[in-house]
Amino acid sequence: MTAANPKMETRGLNFYYESKPALKAIDIACAANRVTAIIGPSGCGKSTFIRTLNRMNDVVPGTRVEGTILLDGKNIRDPGVDVVDFRRRIGMVFQKPNPFPKSIFDNVAYGLRINGHQSKARVEEVVERTLREAALWDEVKDRLDDNAFTLSGGQQQRLCIARALAVEPEVILFDEPCSAIDPIATAKIEDLIHKLKQRYTVVIVTHNMQQAARVSDFTAFLMLGELVEFGPTEKIFTTPASKTTEDYITGRFG
Amino acid sequence: MERPFDDELISLKKLLLEMAGLVEEAITDAVASLKERREDRAREVIEREKAVNLYDIEIDALAMRLLALHQPVAGDLRFITSAMRICSDLERMGDQAVNIAERSLDLIRQPLLKPLIDIPEMARLAESMVKDAIAAFVRGEADLARSVCERDDGVDHLNDQVFRELLTYTMADPETIPRAMDLILIARSLERIADHATNVGEHVIYMKEGRIIKHGRRKAESIGGPSRVGS
Repeated sequence: MTAANPKMETRGLNFYYESKPALKAIDIACAANRVTAIIGPSGCGKSTFIRTLNRMNDVVPGTRVEGTILLDGKNIRDPGVDVVDFRRRIGMVFQKPNPFPKSIFDNVAYGLRINGHQSKARVEEVVERTLREAALWDEVKDRLDDNAFTLSGGQQQRLCIARALAVEPEVILFDEPCSAIDPIATAKIEDLIHKLKQRYTVVIVTHNMQQAARVSDFTAFLMLGELVEFGPTEKIFTTPASKTTEDYITGRFG
Repeated sequence: MERPFDDELISLKKLLLEMAGLVEEAITDAVASLKERREDRAREVIEREKAVNLYDIEIDALAMRLLALHQPVAGDLRFITSAMRICSDLERMGDQAVNIAERSLDLIRQPLLKPLIDIPEMARLAESMVKDAIAAFVRGEADLARSVCERDDGVDHLNDQVFRELLTYTMADPETIPRAMDLILIARSLERIADHATNVGEHVIYMKEGRIIKHGRRKAESIGGPSRVGS
């Protein structure tokens, strides 16, 4: 089943580390303004998959990609594509929060400034807006000059989200964004993801199936580099089509 | 913190309320069709049952979705499972209302056997039990739910009375048997409706207090003997 209106889509995606296949003929459509979750046991290829979406694997030596990856229907691997600009359109939030060693304000402003936005008023406006979007503003508005490392793990992660939002992406990729933070902070980020999809397309890799169930509209289940099942999250978690999917989500293996 | 999940819990409650409204109406109209000897009202009850059944399906689907996607625990879990059970009791009440309407159609075509006294009284009691059980659910009032459970004996008692009285009619004159049987079955349907209202009361108590009071249970007992868990 494919989403009616895919913002991003892979067709026949194969990925190799040297000669080892890590992804085999993956067809996944990520619907616009929806959350698509990628789940699967360790080593199934889900992080590899999400890193192909913004071509982060390009910087890894010895890797090879085959197949098509489309953003708004256009192949992102076309030679003419400006990779830097393209990575602005597709933001990424990683497992371990990675704020820059700068102030809270400068973390968010960084992307804007290197993209040429110098107007102080505009930068301030965007920093406030994205910190609000990331549900962090109220907690940091009186200490924007503090170093980002004085924030808690959950706050740092929301700062990274604000930083990603500042350059006005269209898609946001989350690679296990809550693995390193506590349950309350996790709940806040899940709530945030729920709100973000109104304006952005979200793809989230998670090893926490319950999180995928709570947060996503569509779920893709990968195993050993293959797509076992893809469909609306409600269907996957109530009546999955594949026994392998059922065994995985009920915890019989994994 | 407000959760997106909370909106869905509100939807579940709303759907149950709407279903309860339809069922309460069905019971009232079925009994009215008998008292007023009006075929059209009886037919309306039969027709409207489809809508009740659709709610049954929709509520079940929503509850399944919430369980699968949100892994609820504690009060949320008790609320959702109680909602599923209450839905099932409401659906059965709806079926009983249809049974009453069907028997009523039968009776309307024959002369009145006797003035109706006990059956309308049973209906009044059963209807008030249903109303209070639903109100207890909406407002989360365990004590109101308990009062519903206590009123069941009164309805059972009237059911026995109706049965004994109609039995004497049939023994005196076999010609009365078809009408007497219809009336006995109507009384039985009302008795069943009251039982279902009692079930709803028990589900509400479980939902609010986590206590199981079904089947006259007071102390914790289990299949394997007295429970080892402190109760």
